[in-house]
Amino acid sequence: MRLSYPTNVKIIKVPCTGRVDITHVLKAFEDGADGVYLVGCLEGDCHYLVGNIRAKKRVEYLKHILDECGVGGERVAMYNMSSAEGQRFAEVAREMTEKIRTLGPNPAKKEK
Amino acid sequence: MIVANRKPFEEIIEMLKPYSKILLLGCNECVTVCATGGSKEVAVLASEIRLYRQKEGKPVEIGEVTLERNCDPEYVESLKPFIHDYEVVLSMACGCGIQFVGEHYRDRLVLPAVNTTFYGVTEEHGVWTERCQGCGNCILHKTLGICPVTRCAKSIFNGPCGGSQGGKCEVDRDIPCAWHLIVDRYRELNMMDKYLEIQPMKDWSTSRDGGPRKRVREDLKI
Ligand code: SF4
Repeated sequence: MRLSYPTNVKIIKVPCTGRVDITHVLKAFEDGADGVYLVGCLEGDCHYLVGNIRAKKRVEYLKHILDECGVGGERVAMYNMSSAEGQRFAEVAREMTEKIRTLGPNPAKKEK
Repeated sequence: MIVANRKPFEEIIEMLKPYSKILLLGCNECVTVCATGGSKEVAVLASEIRLYRQKEGKPVEIGEVTLERNCDPEYVESLKPFIHDYEVVLSMACGCGIQFVGEHYRDRLVLPAVNTTFYGVTEEHGVWTERCQGCGNCILHKTLGICPVTRCAKSIFNGPCGGSQGGKCEVDRDIPCAWHLIVDRYRELNMMDKYLEIQPMKDWSTSRDGGPRKRVREDLKI
């Protein structure tokens, strides 16, 4: 398909979004990420049955934590799509990049 | 287990205001099981505090340690080699652990990161409910395994009160009436005659009313 998506999106592969822990995402923010989003399989299609549902709940919890500490819960998001939806993947990458760009940089970013 | 809730973040942040080197202490026992103060919650709170303080331009250094138990001296003593590297201790252990660590290191303040709330059970994954108040004189044999001290809002001994409706307590319609549950048990076990016995006034001196309690086993003392 040779679809392009913004180069600022760094992909971290996990076997399932259910593997993503709250501490992993918090670490990304501590290391200066401006936003983090999880891309999981469609609901009902998880190879591990409920990994993506668990991830969705964790993202909700993370939003609350990030709001509490002032980083902003809107900097995390969860998307669901099938592996055949390359188009959608690129679209989401652009959408998230746009959203984060409007929000500006992570306010807890360390000075380099 | 002892069930605790994490304190609101603003309250924690306010307590930590004067400090920039903090030892965040968790416990591997009850507060781990109720997902409030185990190593995982320590990691999350540490991140949250660091992010907040970084954003405020007042970065902090946080040591993250989770003891096997905070209520036993041998574990508390293991903090000795490094506790003085920190200005303050923020503890996610229950109230017992918070106090016990403070008693061992009198030159360090131990701040509470949780509100210790009740003795309870895991009703389902992620849901904990209260079962016991440690009144010091158990009557579960008389109430067939349901504690009216804890589970009845009025702790009455000859219930239910007039507020019990459709099995729910008048205090909150989401709370089952303890006495309704007790009567159900009497019925189930064909023991309604026992239910009719009037319970005398309880001697509360074994409970908190008698002051802090102590248990001693001479044979175990070293
Ligand atoms: S309704 Fe039941 S649980 Fe509630 S106060 Fe009355 S007896 Fe106790």
